[in-house]
Amino acid sequence: MPSQKKNDIAIRMEDVGIEIDGELDSGSEGKNRKAKASPRAGGRNGKPATTEDEEEEEDQDEAPRKRARKKKASAQDSEEEEEEDDRSAKRKGTKAAGRKKKAVKEEEEEEEEEKRGKKKKGGKGDAKGKGGKEKGSGKDKKKENGNSSSSGESGDEDSLSEGEMASLKEEVEEKKKLIATLRNKPWRMKRRLKLLKECQAFVEEFEGALGKGKGRKLYAYKVMMAKKMIKFNRDFDNFKTACIPWERKIKEVESHFGSSVASYFIFLRWMYGLNLVLFAFMFGLVVLPEVMMGLPYGSIPRKTVPRAEQDRAMDISVLLDFGGYCKYSILFYGFYNDERTIGVLQFRLPLSYLLVGVGIFGYSLMVVIRTMARNSDEGGDGGDDGQFTFAFKMFTSWDYLIGNPETADNKYASITTSFKESIVDEQENQKDENIHLRRFLRVLANFLILCSLGGSGFLIYFVVKRSQEFANLDQDELSWFEKNEVEFVMSLLGLVCPPLFETIAELEEYHPRIALKWQLGRIFALFLGNLYTFLFALFDEVNAKLEKEKSIRNATIWGLNEYYSNYSSYHNTTDIPPPDIHPADVIRGPCWETAVGIEFVKLTVSDIQVTYMTILIGDFLRAMIVRFLNYCWCWDLEAGFPSYGEFDISGNVLGLIFNQGMIWMGAFYAPGLVGLNVLRLLTSMYYQCWAVMSCNVPHERVFKASKSNNFYMGLLLLVLFLSLLPVVYTIMTLPPSFDCGPFSGREQMYNVVMETIENDLPAFIGNIFTYATNPGLILPAVLLMVLAIYYLNATSKNYQNANLELKKKMQMARDEEKNRRNNKENTNQVMQDLEDLLPNRSLLPPAAAEEKPPLEIVREKGSKPPKVAKRPGAAANGKGVNIQKDVSLAAPNPKAAVTHPPGPRGPSGNARGPPPGPARGRGRGTPPSRR
Amino acid sequence: MGTTASQLRKDLLSEYQELTFLTKQEIILAHKRFSELLSKEDRNVPTPRVPMEKVLSLPELKSNPFRKRICHVFSTSDMKDGSLTFEDFLDLLSAFSDPATLEIKSHYAFRIFDFDDDGTLDGGDLEKLVNCLTGETDDTRLTTEEMRQLISNILEESDIDKDGTVNLSEFQHVISRSPDFVSSFKIVL
Repeated sequence: MPSQKKNDIAIRMEDVGIEIDGELDSGSEGKNRKAKASPRAGGRNGKPATTEDEEEEEDQDEAPRKRARKKKASAQDSEEEEEEDDRSAKRKGTKAAGRKKKAVKEEEEEEEEEKRGKKKKGGKGDAKGKGGKEKGSGKDKKKENGNSSSSGESGDEDSLSEGEMASLKEEVEEKKKLIATLRNKPWRMKRRLKLLKECQAFVEEFEGALGKGKGRKLYAYKVMMAKKMIKFNRDFDNFKTACIPWERKIKEVESHFGSSVASYFIFLRWMYGLNLVLFAFMFGLVVLPEVMMGLPYGSIPRKTVPRAEQDRAMDISVLLDFGGYCKYSILFYGFYNDERTIGVLQFRLPLSYLLVGVGIFGYSLMVVIRTMARNSDEGGDGGDDGQFTFAFKMFTSWDYLIGNPETADNKYASITTSFKESIVDEQENQKDENIHLRRFLRVLANFLILCSLGGSGFLIYFVVKRSQEFANLDQDELSWFEKNEVEFVMSLLGLVCPPLFETIAELEEYHPRIALKWQLGRIFALFLGNLYTFLFALFDEVNAKLEKEKSIRNATIWGLNEYYSNYSSYHNTTDIPPPDIHPADVIRGPCWETAVGIEFVKLTVSDIQVTYMTILIGDFLRAMIVRFLNYCWCWDLEAGFPSYGEFDISGNVLGLIFNQGMIWMGAFYAPGLVGLNVLRLLTSMYYQCWAVMSCNVPHERVFKASKSNNFYMGLLLLVLFLSLLPVVYTIMTLPPSFDCGPFSGREQMYNVVMETIENDLPAFIGNIFTYATNPGLILPAVLLMVLAIYYLNATSKNYQNANLELKKKMQMARDEEKNRRNNKENTNQVMQDLEDLLPNRSLLPPAAAEEKPPLEIVREKGSKPPKVAKRPGAAANGKGVNIQKDVSLAAPNPKAAVTHPPGPRGPSGNARGPPPGPARGRGRGTPPSRR
Repeated sequence: MGTTASQLRKDLLSEYQELTFLTKQEIILAHKRFSELLSKEDRNVPTPRVPMEKVLSLPELKSNPFRKRICHVFSTSDMKDGSLTFEDFLDLLSAFSDPATLEIKSHYAFRIFDFDDDGTLDGGDLEKLVNCLTGETDDTRLTTEEMRQLISNILEESDIDKDGTVNLSEFQHVISRSPDFVSSFKIVL
């Protein structure tokens, strides 16, 4: 066994050997450590740095356990050791099987011994520690053997006392935690593998010992289930990642263009996923039931093409305008019947329609907000920009995903430029020659942009109005352009305005990054303005249609009444069959919902067309011309004027967002729109991937995407909210058409819900609902929410303040440390005064200061003592520094704090227990005195 | 370790999954790519090493200015030649994978940037780092004056204890504020 142990250590030392560590470490300490470690390492002579590193890491591992035992470790060291030994030995005895376990045990023992050795040394503080330890370990072994042999046969789980059980349980839990967090440790694989095996073996061994009597089976079962669960989760995760589509494609793009362009495609994929879910809702709960169980086409008027349109209903031109058979199909609102339940399943289609329409918004909101929260979770706070401009440029500017030499060259160039820029910026911090001119130019630019925004809004309003006039004319006389004017103009505006804005923005001379933000904001305003103008114009149309519908409705009712009275007077009966008219001949209202749906579908389709055409012409054709005409042209086309196109990330993302906005708005009136959008995103993924790879060149200015990730999400949220408004408004206020759609015949669309509550649910739910909608209940609820918001806001502010405070303290602590290192006399007057007042310096373990520079207030507290401890020396000798005392009393070489990279382990150590103060501190402190 | 077989052993695979941030598919893919890099005679050695030149020929690393440093940091070779075993290779991929934590990424980033392996980023390290970032060509290089200015600026920002070098905790402090680091410190096979 010992040889095996030795081997292990050797391996571990090898592993750690490459770990960076303090060659800068103070020599004496390192040597001491080495001396201490050498007995353990057998004949092998490790580098001092190595051993120390190893030990320290073990310390970290031990931290939790130490915490568990620290209470005991207070007074009688030796006694406690004995006890501990006994306990562990007994434990061992209880399950005297398995070599494996023994190995684990040994490992444990060894660690404990080491700790103990340190402690001993700390306590007695002389060279005896070495020998003592060895002796001690020998004794331990003996005792252990004896124990295991004696208690081996009598060993039974029930012999474990409560306390032992608890500690054992705790240990097992620790091990489990260690297994879970092992991957977070920057160690070599071999080392982790070994540790994992050990821990697993340990857990395996002792888990069974836990729980006794009746609870035991249950416990074992639980453990087994937990194990199964972990395995299942992992498999499920694997499965999930296997299901993510286009991983390869995106990776390809990533390596060519860096993370920024790839982020667009990731966004596209995310959007696709979202739309897929929406589509599943829409299709599964609305479209499919209607198709399967609803009345077939041609059975009732709303499902039939009217006689007047019938002869042209199959024309391609009509179908492309979504008239004819398209208009009277499941794609649009009007097709759905208002029967309360359909089919054998008694499916409540109108209710389902309403709930899905609203649920789409609910789901989208949830997903967007969750994604935003997750995004803001990772990747730093990014709050204090400007604090680390240079360091960020230096340490984080390389994009490791880049795998293409051309992109790499671009990246080099852009990094160099940014370095140079920031140096120049730093050198002459904003020397503005003519601030008045610039201001004037900026005002002018904004004025121009406002003008063009207003102009585009007016243009759209004008065109929509005109299209309403056209709609009243005969369709045959209209040209194609006149029919599609609205969509055409909107797409054109979206195409022309952004470059125009960019040109105007040149006047402003902003920094490119700020300019990009302005540009995005303006394009956003443009799209939004256009969309809302379009909506308002549409509302006018809807109102007009509502008027028309009212008259038709009155006429229909009058006609029906007429028919009934005629029928009853003619046949002299009250049993009147419904009028025998072919569904195609029934006079019907204009059905404004379908009209709105058609508008949105047309808009989406034309948007798709324009986007694809732009890519085809703007990128592909251009690339072709540049590539092939370059052989016979006067100047270098590739480097000169046209060159290849760049991928416009922000424009594309905004386009996607607005497209999604239209989908959200239109989905309620055109259930087929979601399906259309899924198709669009699918093709777009392949098409744009192809276009980017084949005809675009990497950005010259390489932007990083991550920062704006949440920015885009925020835009999406805004768009979602803005598209939610009109839909909810129409649902709540406008009366549905009387002869089409699932809500026909009702006063309001939401009456469906009321009906269901009244008729189908038990009465008390109706009561609850009435109470819940009572203003008396809603107002307090709103008030409560406002209060909660206020409270959370206040807390977050407090946290912010605390953060600031901590930062300040951290800086102070570092200053102090620095000064201590330089042995400057007075660092901080306040501190000095404080120290003079402190009578007892040895109360607190001083070594906490050598821990990693404090990141938390806990540390800050700990860092005071060393100073205290040091002072006396300084005070006694006046100015002179008594190194001997300094070192022996505590204050470790501050460099130790610097050279050790405690960082990665820092937080975990923190979380698991108090900074391993006493033991380590004393252990560190002693060596000098041994000299 | 049994990794020489063209197929990974099942228990090893699950252990690797436990120990890295990689999924099963990624580990298998990594194994495939690694086996492709191995030369014929190496396959029968118990723990084969791929020499650094071969690793650098991977397209994922080809254009990376830090490729040699990356190999050196992750190599467990005694010869300091930057050669990688499969486990080193997995370590590398795990540190550069998407779900890896900021902590681990920044740790390795620090070691990659620490060109002389002395545990701190001093002036020399920073200078080499800048040279790596600006490329080899002369027109992208910074002048000595600019370099001096740049390095002093960086130290001013991130060297909190003012000892003229950036140590790991200072480095991690800076990195943890960066919004870009986690998303760009990635290598995907």
